[in-house]
Amino acid sequence: MNLEAKAIDIRKDIIDLIYKAGCGHIGGDLSVTDILVDLYYKQMNVSPENINDPDRDRFVLSKGHSVEALYCVLADKGFFDKKELFDTYSGYLSKYIGHPNNKINGVEMNTGSLGHGLGVAVGMALAGKMDNRSYRVYAVLGDGEMAEGSNWEAITAGAHYNLDNLTAFVDRNRLQISGTTEEVMTADSQENRWAAFGWNVLSIPGNDITAIDSAVSLAKGTAGKPTVIIANTTKGCGVSFIENKAAWHHKVPNEAEYQQAMKELSERRAQYE
Amino acid sequence: MNKIANKQVINDVLLEESAKDKDIVVLCSDSRGSAGMKPYAEQRPEQFIEIGIAEQNLVSVAAGLASCGKKAYAVSPASFLSTRSMEQAKVDVAYSNTNVKLIGISGGVSYGALGMTHHSATDIATMGSMPNMRVYLPSDRLQTECLIRTLLKDDKPAYIRIGRNAVEDVYQEGNVPFELDRATLVKDGSDVTIIACGELVGDARKAAQELEEKGISARVLDMYCVKPIDRDAVIKAAKETKLIVTVEEHTMYGGMGSIVAQIVAGNAPVKVVNLTLPDEPVITGKSREVFSYYGLDAKGIVKTVMEQL
Ligand SMILES: Cc1ncc(C[n+]2csc(CCOP(=O)(O)OP(=O)(O)O)c2C)c(N)n1
Ligand SMILES: [Mg+2]
Repeated sequence: MNLEAKAIDIRKDIIDLIYKAGCGHIGGDLSVTDILVDLYYKQMNVSPENINDPDRDRFVLSKGHSVEALYCVLADKGFFDKKELFDTYSGYLSKYIGHPNNKINGVEMNTGSLGHGLGVAVGMALAGKMDNRSYRVYAVLGDGEMAEGSNWEAITAGAHYNLDNLTAFVDRNRLQISGTTEEVMTADSQENRWAAFGWNVLSIPGNDITAIDSAVSLAKGTAGKPTVIIANTTKGCGVSFIENKAAWHHKVPNEAEYQQAMKELSERRAQYE
Repeated sequence: MNKIANKQVINDVLLEESAKDKDIVVLCSDSRGSAGMKPYAEQRPEQFIEIGIAEQNLVSVAAGLASCGKKAYAVSPASFLSTRSMEQAKVDVAYSNTNVKLIGISGGVSYGALGMTHHSATDIATMGSMPNMRVYLPSDRLQTECLIRTLLKDDKPAYIRIGRNAVEDVYQEGNVPFELDRATLVKDGSDVTIIACGELVGDARKAAQELEEKGISARVLDMYCVKPIDRDAVIKAAKETKLIVTVEEHTMYGGMGSIVAQIVAGNAPVKVVNLTLPDEPVITGKSREVFSYYGLDAKGIVKTVMEQL
């Protein structure tokens, strides 16, 4: 499978879903897409068939507002009915709400309140060690989210317990709701901060699937400590007018914007035919 | 239909007052947009502090500022403010008796389909359970203005919860009956008393009008002061009317209805029915859809009164 092409298809689904439902967190969805594609289509041992297998890999979307990206990947992988998702997302009585919910097949943990996912992932990784299981645990955090103190408690514990079965990603798109991370609350340097807490740190271009893939493989081969991948991403990646604009955190495209976004993505997708 | 949300009024009042009072400080946690505090943040940058996505620190820093003479207004989604920062609210604000006003925005189920993580249907219980923490849920923009102007004059902790969207006016411009910590009598009546707070006061008032047409005389109390609650108004209602129905955007345990029931049981027993959100995650829907699903709207209130009276 060509993962770059897959990432474009997922981006088109995300924009469709948000446009149809009239809500969603488009900027963070598009920045995290490539990470999800590499994990779900290549690196992680998880599928609709092994969903109850205690040895499956675990994924926690700590930046839960990027749920549309996760739903689109899970639907495409067959965890649930894609049509049902698209028909009901965020609608009256829908089970597909605007944050990950573990009533949905494939979602391991409820998130949406920032600063919970990494602690939960530490717990999952500890359980794997206790039970001598080979599964790996992945968590994705936002860079604005890194201001939550609870993350640093989890980072401390992850290093303390030498959790080399745990890999965290920071979606380092340098934006949050109110502006850039550096204006709102300094987040630099993520690399130095995690390293000071004892983690193996990899810093990569975060919308480059090849780079993501080799980083994840490196993390798998790193013994004795957890790995963080600082994914230097572009918020809104893949749609020119959405890229790098704080206002597109949860703006919904109008009809013209929707058409324009789909056109850009379809043109890029055509190169893979 | 009124288009001015309660949060906008808070922004306007703080912006106006902070020009005269340099001790007023507003703090946000990457929440200035949803809080409607952008105008304040832009026009009063020297009296605005951005904390980032760190609600616990938001409340601790506010308390530190207050301990040095500032009047701190920490404005953040009610869900995070009332649970993530609960211990900071308890220790740094309520217990330490600092002049911090915690403004919980997009309260109750305002965030709709974003789900349970974003709903604050337990904030009366969490905040109200702390000694020395006052809890206010103003109904409309006019009452919100009276409340904020009044609280600006004192130096005690308080938690104020408001919803996300504009709600219909309950009162009339230039004629807003308001006394701090006294329920507002929206309408008098002798058969049943409907006690409501926050956004649902409007529904209580509408229900009372419909009941009137059916020959039932309903009193409506706007219990914006959930803590300290207006005990006298509750006991009076219990003595003078045959039934009390409470209506709130909160779960069933530890809410305004629980407090009313405690007072009634100990002083003037009469039947009390609590209309609340359920003890489980609510259905997916917009606020109004959620209210009608659980019978918290005018129709549901009328139905309850007809069944129970
Ligand atoms: C505890 C908590 N506080 C606040 C919010 C509201 N919120 C949702 S997304 C967001 C900004 C997140 O920025 P970042 O972590 O950088 O994510 P990204 O840029 O990837 O979207 C905020 C403040 C929340 N969901 N949880
Ligand atoms: Mg970000």
